[in-house]
Amino acid sequence: MDNSNTTVPEKKKNIVELKNITVRFDGETILDDLSLSIGDGEFVTLLGSSGCGKTTTLRLIAGFLEPDEGEVFFDSKSMNGVPAYKREVNTIFQRYALFPNYNVFENIAYGLRVRHVPEAEIKERVQEMLTLVNLEGFGKRPITKLSGGQQQRVAIARALVLKPKVLLLDEPLAALDLKLRKDMQQELKNIQKALGITFVFVTHDQEEALSMSDTVVVMNEGKIQQIGSPIDIYNEPENAFVADFIGESNILDGVMKADYRASFSGKTFDCLDSGFAPNEPVDVVVRPEDVDIVTPDKGMLQGIVTSVTFLGVHFEIIVDIGGFKWMIQTTDEHHEGEEVGLFIEPDAIHVMKKSKYSGQFGDYSSFSDEMDTMSVIEDEEDE
Amino acid sequence: MKKSIGNIFLALIYIILYAPLLVMVFFSFNEAKSTTVFTGFSLKWYAELFSSSNTMTALRNTLVLAVTSALIATVIGTAAAVYMYNVRSRAWKASLDMVTNLPMMNPEIVTGVSMMLLFVFVGRLLGAVNSLSFGTLLIAHVTFNLPYVILNVLPKLNQTDPHLAEAALDLGSTPMQAFFKVTLPSIMPGIVSGMIMAFTMSLDDFVISYYTTGSDFQTLPLMIFAMTKKTVKPDMYALSSVIFLTVLVLLLIVNIGQIRQEKKDQ
Amino acid sequence: MKKKTLGQQLLGAPYVVWAALFVIVPLIIVVYYAFTDAGGNFTMDNIAKLSEYKEVFWLSIEYSFIATVICLLVSYPFAYLMSRKRESTQRIMMMLVMLPMWMNLLIRTYSWMNILERNGLINNFLALFGVEPLKMIGTPGAVIFGMIYNYIPYMILPIYTVMSKIDVSVLEAAEDLGSNGFSKLRRIILPMSMPGVVSGFTMVFVPSVSTFYISQKLGGKIMLIGDAIEKQIQSLYNYNLGAALSLVLMVMILICMALMKKFAGDSNDGLIM
Repeated sequence: MDNSNTTVPEKKKNIVELKNITVRFDGETILDDLSLSIGDGEFVTLLGSSGCGKTTTLRLIAGFLEPDEGEVFFDSKSMNGVPAYKREVNTIFQRYALFPNYNVFENIAYGLRVRHVPEAEIKERVQEMLTLVNLEGFGKRPITKLSGGQQQRVAIARALVLKPKVLLLDEPLAALDLKLRKDMQQELKNIQKALGITFVFVTHDQEEALSMSDTVVVMNEGKIQQIGSPIDIYNEPENAFVADFIGESNILDGVMKADYRASFSGKTFDCLDSGFAPNEPVDVVVRPEDVDIVTPDKGMLQGIVTSVTFLGVHFEIIVDIGGFKWMIQTTDEHHEGEEVGLFIEPDAIHVMKKSKYSGQFGDYSSFSDEMDTMSVIEDEEDE
Repeated sequence: MKKSIGNIFLALIYIILYAPLLVMVFFSFNEAKSTTVFTGFSLKWYAELFSSSNTMTALRNTLVLAVTSALIATVIGTAAAVYMYNVRSRAWKASLDMVTNLPMMNPEIVTGVSMMLLFVFVGRLLGAVNSLSFGTLLIAHVTFNLPYVILNVLPKLNQTDPHLAEAALDLGSTPMQAFFKVTLPSIMPGIVSGMIMAFTMSLDDFVISYYTTGSDFQTLPLMIFAMTKKTVKPDMYALSSVIFLTVLVLLLIVNIGQIRQEKKDQ
Repeated sequence: MKKKTLGQQLLGAPYVVWAALFVIVPLIIVVYYAFTDAGGNFTMDNIAKLSEYKEVFWLSIEYSFIATVICLLVSYPFAYLMSRKRESTQRIMMMLVMLPMWMNLLIRTYSWMNILERNGLINNFLALFGVEPLKMIGTPGAVIFGMIYNYIPYMILPIYTVMSKIDVSVLEAAEDLGSNGFSKLRRIILPMSMPGVVSGFTMVFVPSVSTFYISQKLGGKIMLIGDAIEKQIQSLYNYNLGAALSLVLMVMILICMALMKKFAGDSNDGLIM
């Protein structure tokens, strides 16, 4: 379950550790008793929507703020009270925070100059970095004359030239357009592998998190909801929040009849989960792509198609089963009003313990509700 | 048709705006002593102006006062702006804003009288006979200059990416280095325009100076005031034309600087 | 969460001390003088004497109010017309409006005296056509004109600032939705430019109501509050009465500003400073 612990033999030692961190601001708890270990050389992503505490966690590691309770360790040394400029971590800021009064070369050289590195070495190391980020010949450019992608590369070079053990990245790709973002994802991943530096990456984009990371930390309301590899997070969500946040899911109210027997939607299904008390209430997750639509007589559940949306690769179909709207993704075409059956394999069913998020997510009955929440989230991000 | 009526209206307002200035410049070249009857072109009032020791002393005083008060206000005001930018407490921030705006909202005469009364009051406590001097004038000028510096620097701080200073810290600068290498350069345009504004305000001030200066320190506006109590000779117009030209040049410098800055930002 | 360092606190200290000593304390001293006699004993005499100045106060308010309203009536179309020009033209026009402000007020006013006085330029010009000299100096009209002339840029600037910020597409949308010229003005431009009007109003009214030089040069024997204060302080050395007059002036203006602020609905958009 918790892959980031040192119990896994091939895992290297922990480079950053957060122990029982609490941060409050204006009486509001931003981080709530949070503990996290980050292994040396790992690519860790903190994933969550705005206000979940991911950026606060990053700023805590960088040293821009001190925890109200708990401790930050770096190589097993406590960092409490150590100011940002004395920590061996570097940060890539959301809008890059390049110094407008310096050109590309001087931006990258900044940290070296502050450290009084000899001029010859500065030249050499900056050149090396310019090559690494594909910006040879750009040294004399003012940073205002760079595109967003190029500015991003300068920011990366400026941080990496100091050879930090840990690089912190605060939504570094958010300002880029889709295509550039995909390229940069790949490039960042390559740089991380080549240099073997620990990356702590913050994003609200689940796809980005899943595709880039060794370990994903899903956060909400100042707490870690789940830590795991991308595959674990997707296939084995720990609670309704994670299941809903990562990908699409149908989350149903169910009961564990016995080991390997889960009951929901009025039927009992075979499944692969065990270890629950008899008749324990649970949340059941079924991913939309794991459901097969069949004729009503062959289905385990029967319902009526209420909406069909064509999305190119597949159709997104909403099926009403006893008032609960399921989302199903399939390449077969169906029509509104059609009566269908659903077929669900045992390995498509994932059972989770009940949590405070039970019942908050899972039903696709109302698009307008969904739109409302979306607009609320956007408002928050604007602030 | 509609458009030309509008243009006539605009032109009319500009004519009224510039009429007294034209009169001033025109009569500064008058040969006669009159400021209403033009008898012929002459530069004699300018010559007289620059040979008058009174005028030159007043000019020197004005410049000394404007430069000193602008510099002091720039240093204190910039530090204050950085401080105010970082203030978190809302109530404290609001009170600071209010105090900053107060000298700008209060009528000049009230500011002048209130400061004069303070100086007289303190002078009396200390047993001084003459409590007004260059020192009191300087204090008064710094006081009304401070808001201009603060209100020019604060917006620049607000425009600056808050992560810039953090990035500098992150790369290993001490907070001091971060301020001087990163924050200061990015707010420099605000500091410079605040300083120039303070300088010109001080240069131009009459009302507050009128109440807070001592008898031994006269500035140009005070001298002009004294002269206009009697019938004025064209030398005062010559003096004003020179001041006007100076201010015009300063304004052009500021404006061109701003335009360049904007072009650079685009 | 974020604790301020000692260094940051020290940055603010000089200003906080300065503002306390030279902005706040002087206002307290004004109150002190207003309620004491020359010997420093408490008295209400100064306040009682203020009733003699009732007419002076009313005259100041009347003249400056008229001046402010005329400023508004002229500035509004001026700012509107300006905001419809090309951007580079707007910039130059605005600079030309502000430029005369940098000429010392004393000189500007004196120059107007030269233009308007009995043997002044206008009368000299009219004499060419045999017209009898007009009496302009010493009339309320001249004082009000002086106020308008000297402070109109303070009205144009804030109104122009808000108007130039009105998005052209908003006006197009109004037209698209069926507004004609007048209803566009009434429903869109006027409400949107209100903050500018309000701040312009205060920025013209405050210096007008407290002036003393304009009335001295253009008003002949007309006496305004500013003149009364100047006379008490600079000629009669009656600091206590001068302080009482200043206090009333200040309180009056604070009330006026509070009213304007309420009127504007706490909007600060039009404030340029």
